[in-house]
Amino acid sequence: MKTILLLSAKEVREGLRNRWVIAATGLLAALALTLVFLGSAPAGTVGASALDVVVISLASLTIFVVPLIALLISHDAIVGEIERGTMTLLLSYPVRRRQVLLGKFLGHLAILAFATCVGYGLAALALVATDMGIGGQSWTAFAMMTASSVLLGAVFVAIGYLVSALARDRGTAAGIAIGIWLVFVVIYDMALLGILVADQGHHVSGGALNALLLFNPTDAYRILNLSGSTEIAAASGMAGSVQSVALAPAALIAALVAWVAGPMALAALAFSRREL
Amino acid sequence: MSFNIELDAVARQYGSVRAVDGVSFAAAAGEVIALVGHNGAGKTTLIKLMLGLARPTSGSVCVLGQDPAAGDVTVRRRLGYLPENVSFNPALTGRETLRFYVQLKGGPPKEAEALLQRIGLAHAADRRIGTYSKGMRQRLGLAQAMIGSPAVLLLDEPTTGLDPELRQQFYGIVREMQAAGTTVLLSSHALNELEGNAGRVVILNEGRKIADGSLDELRRIARLPTRIRLTAAEGGARRLREWMGEPKGLRQINGHIVEIDASPEDKAAFLRRAAGEGAPFEDLDMVPPGLDELYAHFLAGRASK
Repeated sequence: MKTILLLSAKEVREGLRNRWVIAATGLLAALALTLVFLGSAPAGTVGASALDVVVISLASLTIFVVPLIALLISHDAIVGEIERGTMTLLLSYPVRRRQVLLGKFLGHLAILAFATCVGYGLAALALVATDMGIGGQSWTAFAMMTASSVLLGAVFVAIGYLVSALARDRGTAAGIAIGIWLVFVVIYDMALLGILVADQGHHVSGGALNALLLFNPTDAYRILNLSGSTEIAAASGMAGSVQSVALAPAALIAALVAWVAGPMALAALAFSRREL
Repeated sequence: MSFNIELDAVARQYGSVRAVDGVSFAAAAGEVIALVGHNGAGKTTLIKLMLGLARPTSGSVCVLGQDPAAGDVTVRRRLGYLPENVSFNPALTGRETLRFYVQLKGGPPKEAEALLQRIGLAHAADRRIGTYSKGMRQRLGLAQAMIGSPAVLLLDEPTTGLDPELRQQFYGIVREMQAAGTTVLLSSHALNELEGNAGRVVILNEGRKIADGSLDELRRIARLPTRIRLTAAEGGARRLREWMGEPKGLRQINGHIVEIDASPEDKAAFLRRAAGEGAPFEDLDMVPPGLDELYAHFLAGRASK
C-alpha cells in the first residue's frame, strides 16, 4: 500500500509540475463559470432553479470535456514510460506491475477529482454569490453531478490505461485514445439514434435500449444526471425518456463502476504480459 | 561457492532473431564483469533477462538465488540497475527524484542526501533535471542504482556520454562497491576504459558468448603480439637496427624510430637484447594488445569457424 501511495504521490507531483492540474482545473472552471453566467439568463422564465439549469448544462459539457482530459493524461501512462526508459527502471525496483498501475490510477484520479471539484465548486460559489434561495434538492443534484463526473473521468482513465498497455508506441496510443473519445462521445449516440429512428420501435425493445445505453459510459452518466431528480428531468426535457428508460441510479452507477473495473483489469493483464 | 548471478544456457528469441543464444556464466560477490560487444550483440537483452523484464526462451537465469521473472520482488531491494538511456522526468528536481527511488526501496529519505553528496550532485539537488547536463543525469542514474548498497549492480552502458574525469570518478565508485562485496556487471562497447577496471570480460557477438576471462587470460589465449617501439637520437635508426641484429618484422618508422610486433615468446629475448649495455636508444614504449585488438581477434576467430 505504501508503494502504491508513493507512486500516486509522484504522479500528482508530476501533474502539478507539468501544469496538467492547473490546465485541467482552469479549463473546467472557465467552462463552468461561463455556463453559470449564461445559464442564469433563462432561469427566471422557465421557473427552474438556476442551479438545476447549471447541472443540466454542466453535465452535457462534462460528457465532452472530462473524458477528453482523462484520456489525455492516461493514454501515455504506460507506453510513454516504456519509451522514456523509466518503466524498466521502475520495474527493477521492488514494485509489482499492478502496483504501478494502481498507483498511477489513484494519482490521476486525484488530479481529475481536484480539477472537477474545484472547477465546478467555483461555479457553485459564483451562484451562491449572485443567486438567492437554491433548494436543497438542487444541491444534492449538483453534488451528485460532480461526483459522477469524477467517476466518468475514472472510466476514461481506466480505458486510457488499457490503450496505453496495448499500444506499441505513444503515437498509436494517442490515435486510439482520440478514436475512443469520438466513438463514445459522438458516434455512439448518433448511431443509436439512427437505429431507433430507422427501427420505428419494431425490434429494439425498451430493455435492449437500456442495455445499449449502459454499454456507453457517457450515456449512463447522462441519464444519471439529466433524469436524476424530477425537476431536472422536467427542465432538461428528459421527463418523457425517464419513464420509458427504466434505469435506476444504482444500476447506472454500477455500470460506471464496472466500466472502471473492467478496463483496469484488462490493462493489468495486458501490462503483466508485456515484455519491455 | 555461491554466485550472485548464474546464467545457464540462456536463450532469448524475438521472432526469428536470437538476441541471446546459449549464454552461460556465473558471477561471484566482489566481481566486476564487463559485457562487451557491438550494438545489438545481446548485452541489453541479457541484462533485461537478469532483471526479469524478459523471460528466457530456454535455459535458466538465477539472480540472488532466485528466478528474477517469477520470484519474490523483495529481492530487488538488493539489486541496482542503471538503464542505457534513462530520462528522468525533467520537471522534477534531482532530490525529489532520488527521494522517490529511495522510498520505493524502503530506505530512509536521508539516504538520498548522502548519495547526492557522494556522487557530487548536492549543489544541483534542487534544480530541475531538465537543466542537468548529460553527465549529471548519468550520475543521478548511478546514484539511484547505488540505493541500499545493492549486492548486484547491473549497469547498461554506464559511461557513454561521460567525460574522462567523470569516467574516472565512475570507476572509482565501482571499485568502492566492489570492495564492499557488490557484484558489478557493466556493459560497454568502449573497450579501452575497461583496462584495470573490469576483472573479467565476457565478449558477446550475435547473442553468443565468444570469450570469457580476465584481460590477461584473454591476451594469452589470443596470443596477440606486443608492439615495442624504440626511439633513438635523430638519424640513429640504422644503428639501432644493426644493434638489434635486424630481426624479422622490425619496421623503421622514420629516421629515429623503429617498431616491432613481438609475439609472447620473442618478447623477452627482444627486450633483453634491447636493454644490453650501451644500447643506442633513448626511449622505449611497449603497447600490449588492447581490448580493441582482442575483440577483433575473437570476432575474426568466430567468423572463420
